[in-house]
Order: sequence, then structure tokens, then C-alpha cells
Amino acid sequence: MHKYIFKRMLLLIPVLLGVAFLVFSIMSLTPGDPAELILGETASKSAVLALREQMGLNDPFFVQFGNYILDGLKGDFGRSYTSGREVFGEIFQRFPNTLILSVIGVIIAILIGIPVGIISATKQYSLMDSISMIAALLGVAMPNFWLGLMLILFFSVGLGWLPSGGYSDWKSLILPSITLGTGAAAIITRMTRSSMLEVIRQDYIRTARAKGVSEKKVINKHALKNALIPVITVVGLQFGYLLGGAVLTETVYSWPGVGRLMVVAIRSKDTPVVLAAVIFLAAAFSIVNLFVDVLYGFVDPRVKSQYK
Amino acid sequence: MSDKLLNIKNLSIEYTTEDGVVKAVNGINLDLKEGETLGLVGETGAGKTTTALGMMRLIPNPPGKIVGGNIEFEGRDILALSEEDMRGIRGNKISMIFQDPMTSLNPVLTVGDQISEVISIHQDLNMAAVIEKSKEMLELVGIPGGRYNDYPHQFSGGMKQRVVIAIALACNPKLLIADEPTTALDVTIQAQVLDLMNNLKEKFKTAMLMITHDLGVVAQVCDKVAIMYGGEIIEYGKIEDIFENTRHPYTLGLFGSIPNLDSDATRLSPIKGTMPDPTNLPSGCPFHPRCDRAKNICSQRVPRHTNIDGHKIKCLMFEEDIKQEWI
Amino acid sequence: MSEVLSSENLEKDSSVATVNKKRSQTAELWRRLRKNNMAMAGIAILGIIIVLAIFADIIAPYDAVAIKQNLKDRLMTPSGAHILGTDEFGRDMFARLIHGARVSLQVGILAVGLSIVLGGALGAIAGYYGGKLDDIIMRIMDVFLAVPSILLAIAIVSALGPNLLNLMFAISISSVPSYARIVRASVISIKDQEFIEAAKAIGANDFRIIMLHIIPNTLAPVIVQGTLGVAGAILSTAGLSFIGMGIQPPAPEWGAMLSGGRQYLRYAPHVTTIPGIAIVITILALNLVGDGLRDALDPRLKS
Repeated sequence: MHKYIFKRMLLLIPVLLGVAFLVFSIMSLTPGDPAELILGETASKSAVLALREQMGLNDPFFVQFGNYILDGLKGDFGRSYTSGREVFGEIFQRFPNTLILSVIGVIIAILIGIPVGIISATKQYSLMDSISMIAALLGVAMPNFWLGLMLILFFSVGLGWLPSGGYSDWKSLILPSITLGTGAAAIITRMTRSSMLEVIRQDYIRTARAKGVSEKKVINKHALKNALIPVITVVGLQFGYLLGGAVLTETVYSWPGVGRLMVVAIRSKDTPVVLAAVIFLAAAFSIVNLFVDVLYGFVDPRVKSQYK
Repeated sequence: MSDKLLNIKNLSIEYTTEDGVVKAVNGINLDLKEGETLGLVGETGAGKTTTALGMMRLIPNPPGKIVGGNIEFEGRDILALSEEDMRGIRGNKISMIFQDPMTSLNPVLTVGDQISEVISIHQDLNMAAVIEKSKEMLELVGIPGGRYNDYPHQFSGGMKQRVVIAIALACNPKLLIADEPTTALDVTIQAQVLDLMNNLKEKFKTAMLMITHDLGVVAQVCDKVAIMYGGEIIEYGKIEDIFENTRHPYTLGLFGSIPNLDSDATRLSPIKGTMPDPTNLPSGCPFHPRCDRAKNICSQRVPRHTNIDGHKIKCLMFEEDIKQEWI
Repeated sequence: MSEVLSSENLEKDSSVATVNKKRSQTAELWRRLRKNNMAMAGIAILGIIIVLAIFADIIAPYDAVAIKQNLKDRLMTPSGAHILGTDEFGRDMFARLIHGARVSLQVGILAVGLSIVLGGALGAIAGYYGGKLDDIIMRIMDVFLAVPSILLAIAIVSALGPNLLNLMFAISISSVPSYARIVRASVISIKDQEFIEAAKAIGANDFRIIMLHIIPNTLAPVIVQGTLGVAGAILSTAGLSFIGMGIQPPAPEWGAMLSGGRQYLRYAPHVTTIPGIAIVITILALNLVGDGLRDALDPRLKS
């Protein structure tokens, strides 16, 4: 088992390198001269040239990339073109804020999604099922930034119960996490429902009933364990999308996270920040997926024995 | 009659589907004494599995429903029992094993756990005793008790079916319903599993309902045979009667279609035609469109059971008032 | 007249057979779809949206109504003159909404189309040839998949500049891996079947085999994913425009309209609410149709 985990972790390295290369290449297509951007329009040509040399901007592409990686491993992702501060520090400072939203969002999604999915499946075609399915369809169709604004409209502007932005106290966590979590909850609900429906049709469920097992136990012991296996993958994926989708939600709520940092950086053409932020979030996503894969191995005995 | 373990009278089961009402089982009669083995024979779609599920009250509803008849087990009316009482019978007094061992076991639970479950539900033993008993059952079906903690995917098809048998017999049921238990297995494994079932049946004096389409299997294990066609039992009797004194044209056709190594026949002789559409059964005798002895009357008149010394046949050729038509 | 068993005739027969099979399959598909009420509702809603988008210019001319500013009429709530009110520049919301539908549908369909072509080609090649080529292509797809799609799109647009073309390109690139995977899986499952061996036996070359025999059989899951993909593309477009990374003003795009109304949330919420509702309805309709197609194409539900 440990060999499997170790192997998967090793595989992560080329993927992350690939991601860094991909994003680095994309960002290098940005028009404009970073040195000019930093020094401003009034700077002299020689000053700009000197800065370019210093920043290594005249080196061939692969050398620049190599240096970027080597420096990155030391924690040096360059400095913001606008603030001059270290990029790593800027991101690191804000990452916990993004993380806390994503984590609470995923928890909300699981706490709502899984039970509703199970009930929908076991009481198929009932009123509860229809309502949950419609709610899930709407949840998937709503853009999260719009939902965020609507929630602000209702709870903040309308009722005045909750703050409309910024990270201040526990109350300010509520609306953003609900906004993030709703889409994920809808997807998890649908996935759980279809997985349960599939499992309930299986022969081994019929065997359990033929043994005299009570219906409650058939669902909880026999069906659930099997049905939740694919749901784990979906939860992991959703967590990853939350990390990515936080960009829009953080913008709506002026939340001091990595997403908002990225948006601001894009507007001011602050490439190092954008580059590092995307790589960072992609890395977080990959690590979550790794975690989900490993978890899969623990939960499904068929996978477990493949890696003994 | 209280000496009968199982007494089924006039049982009818229907399924309501988009394409119409499927009359899966039409007024069948069956009975079994303790320790007896009844073979339920017929082609796919004849209604055999539905009959078995009906006996266990496991017909999925919707879309299926028991619409008539009586099932008496150990003197109790099965159809009148509460669901809770019925659960007390399933796995305990009446057990069922299904056709495909590959999908009959829960992949995320150990085999030992699945055997222990049926024991824990029906018997009041402490956990250690339950596990002990489960290991004994494993040994009984020829699997080392030490494999208690293994998962189903770690066993071959034949061994999986043995686990299924172990689960079914763990509580020493009075009646075991076996729905084509060997069809999905290799021929050599088939023989082993049948042997095992025979031995256990003798040992525990379990009555058995053996559902199969294979007459060879019937010959090996059954005392009585019921031949099913179009949801009805068209011939019923002791094994000697059916094999040596075959009467119904369908049964004759079944025996005739088995290839014979000794004969010089160059072609197979199957029964012409196909199984009737269950939403649109033929009028009169359900077999008449395929019967080479059919007369006009067969499409108009529904045959009744003719009883010749315990050998029951549902065919107009044997009914007193009309049998002379065939002479 | 004797029938010539030329390889041409054989192939013609088999593709005629394929076409006939396709015709009855399509009829069957339509029949099953018709029974699904939700899917039909989705199709109806989509139909209305498409019609409005096509006739947008006739209903509300672009330059005269959709982008002309009327500052004295700004932020009016829905009334007789403006059935959905006006936005922060006094422009008629309804006009902008239906032009926005045109933009969204265009971007959505083109982006997905591009993804399908690129992803499908890569997947078909990977699945058909297998081996090292397969490995390399799928590893590259894995790298793309490791970046959450919206981030990838943001990165591309931020580097290349926000305009319609870059937006489409950015959105389509992020979906290429999914289609590659789907097509590859389909190809792998069919390429070992006998009719492919038969085609090879009569001398058909690889390209022909892939185009005539393999691709038609991979259509089903691609169509389902494609329908849902248009929904995703529209959401991404709206999201990117919301943060200023998409369609630039004064072009009407639902996400951008939403963003424009943000500061007036307290006083004129309709400017933000209405475009959002349009998005929800469109995505909902697309999802209903996609789900319906998936159910109709599911072989296990065949009676």
C-alpha cells in the first residue's frame, strides 16, 4: 500500500513540472516589456535594458524556465511588478483564506449532497425526489458569481443580517462558503442519487434481501458502501473546482484570497503573480486528487489488493 | 395437508409494464415434502424465476404483483405474513441461491462477514460463536476457514458459488430454492457444485426446489419434476414418470432435442417456433402453435390437469371426453 | 448481370448498412427522447432562445438599441417602454439580453466545436494507434487536466488579451482533454471488433477506417458531452466577462451585464438579477437536453 502511495506521489512531479511549463509558456505570450512596466514610462532606455538583463529576460526560453523552476524550489517566485513584494509571500499569506472557504464549501456540499442524494434514490419518484432533483438542476445551472450577488442582495442589503464582503468574523464566512458550496452540492446530490440507483439494481442487493436483511440495513450496510465509492472521486474533483472557482466568488465578496489576488494582478499585468497563483492552485488541485486516489484504494477492496 | 412442507395452489403473478400486462405465472400448483427435491424445468422466460421470487415474496413491486393463489409453508400462509415475519423466514427457513455467482456477492464485504450476517440475523449467538459457525460453513463447502477475511473478487466463480451455498445453508433452512445454480459455471465445476449440493441436502434433510433448463441436472438430483411453459405447469410427476413415461408433447420435444451420441442423426431436432410473447399468450393451450399434434380444438379450449396416478398432464390429448380425437 | 465482389462494392454495402442503421437508430433515439418530458421542455426553451438570438437584430437593432447609451434613462425598472428595464447606461435590457443570447450561443457552440475536433482527433489517434503515442498524448492531456479549467482559461486570456477569439480559444482548450478521453475510450472499445478487421482485410487504409467506421460509433457520448459542454462554455464566458476577461464593453454579454450592475445592486437590482436569470434558464435547458440525450442513448435502458 505504501508503495502505491509513494509511486503516486512520484508521478505527481512530472505532472506539476508539466503544469508549470504549460502556464509559464502561456504567460510568456503576454505582450509588453516587464521591465518597462516596472520602471514606468519615463524610464530611460538604458535603465530598461539593464533591468531586462538583470531579470534574465534576454535569456533563451528554456533557460528562463529552468531558472524559474530552480528558483521556485527555493521558494523564490520572483517579485510582483506592481508592489515589488515577494510573490511567494503574497500568495502564501492569502492561501489560508481561499482554503478555508473551499473547505467549508466542500463540507456544506457533502452534508447536503449525500443525504439528499440517498433519500432521492431510495424514495424515487416521490415528492422529495422531484424537489431535490429540480433543486439540483437549478444549483448546477446558476453561475456562482450571480448566486453570490443574489445572496448579498437578500441577506445583506435586504435583511442586513450578514456582511456583504471582506473577511472579518465568522459571519462573513457564511455567504461566500454557501455560494461556493451550492454548485458542488448540486453535483454531489446528482452523483449520489445515480450511484445509489445503480447499486440498488445489483444482484448482491437481491441476495441480501433473500437473507432476510432489513431494508434499512440493505441500504446502509450493503448499498451505501458501494454507492459512495464513485462519489468520493466526485467530491475530490469538486474540491479542486472550488479552489479554481474561488476566483469569481472572492471577487464578488472582496475576499482576501489567492483568487482575488490573481484577478487584480491580471488587471495590472503583474505576470509573476498570475503565473505563481495559477501554478499554486493547480498544485493544490493535484494534491487533492492524489489524496482522493489513495483514499479510493483504502475504501474499495478490489483496488486495495491490486496494490498490496 | 400437514405432511407437506410446501403447498402452492393456483399461484398467479403478473408484471405491469409499458408494453402491457405480462402474465408471468398462471395458476400453478406445486408441493414438496420434507427432504424432497423438485425440479422446475423450462426454457428461459417460462416463469421459473418469477415463481421462486414469488415464494420468497421478493417480487419487485412495482412492477410485479402476486395476483392470486395460495402459498402454504409449514402450514402457514406465506402471503398473509407481515414483512417482518417474512424476513424471519428468508435466509432462515427458506433460502435462495441465484444464477450468477459473479454478481451475487457484495464486493466490499468479506465473505465471512456475508455468512456471519445471515447467522446473526436469525440466531441468538454471541459474535465469537457466529464467526466460528461461519468458518465451519466455509469448511463444509470446501473452502478453508482461514479465508474468512477474504473478499469475493479473490475467489473463482465456482468458489464464489460455494460461498453463496454456505450463506444459504448457514441457518439450516427447511427449503432451499436454487435458481440455475450451475448454469454460469464450467461443466467440470458444475459437477462439483451439484455433488456438494446433493451431499449437504442429504446431510441436513433440506427440501430443494431446483430450477433449471438442463434435464441432465434434473436426472442427477430430483425426486419430482414440474415442466413449465408459458407460465403454466404442463407436466408434473415423479422423476420416473417424467423420464420414462413422458406424455406432454412439449416435454417429449425437450427430450427429443437433446443430442444423442449413439444415434446417427445428422441434424438437431429442436422444437419448432419460439416461446410465446408473455403479453400476448396464445388462446387455448399455450403450446398449440408449436405442437405437432395440435388439432383445431387446441386453440379454442384451455386444457385442465389430468391426473394419472400422481402423474399430472395439462393436455387435451389426455382428457377423458376428447382424447379419442387423437387415436 | 453479375454482382462484382469488388472491395469498393463491399465497402459501399457496409457504409450503406451503416447509414441505414444510423437512420433507424436516429428514429429510435427521437422516439425515446420524445417520451422524456423534461428533455422536451429543455428543447422547447432552447428553441425559443435560439429563435430570439437569430432574430435579435430584427427585434432590436444592435447599434440603435443594444449599445446606444441613453443616460437620461438609466436604471429604469421594468415598464411599458422597456419590458425588462434599462441598465446603468440607459440601454434597454431586453435588447441587450437577446443580443447576449446570440453571443453566448455563438461562443458556446464554436468553443465546443473546436474542442470536439481537436480533442476528438487526439483521442482517436491515441486510441487507434496505442502504444507510445497513446502514452504521450494522454500524459499531455493529464497536464492540462491538472489545471482547473477556469484558471487555464483565465491564464490564456490574460496573456493573449481579452477578445472574442481568444476567449473562444481559451475555453475550448480547457475542454480538449475530456473529449480526447471520451473518443479514445470509444475507439479502444471498437477497434478490436470484427468489422474493423473486415475493413482492414479489404484494404481500407487507416484514415478511411477512422473516418468512416470508428468515428460514427463514437458520436453518442460526444453528443451528450457536447451539449453539456456548451452549457459549461456559456458559464465560463459569463464568468470571465464578469471579471473583465471576456467580451469587452459595449458588447452585450450576460456576465458583463451582471458585472456592470453590481455597483447598483442596492438601488437597481434588476440590472444584475435579470441577466443571471437568463443564464440559469439557458444552462438549465441545455442540461435537460443533455441529460435526456444521455438517457435516450443509454443501451441498458433498451427494452
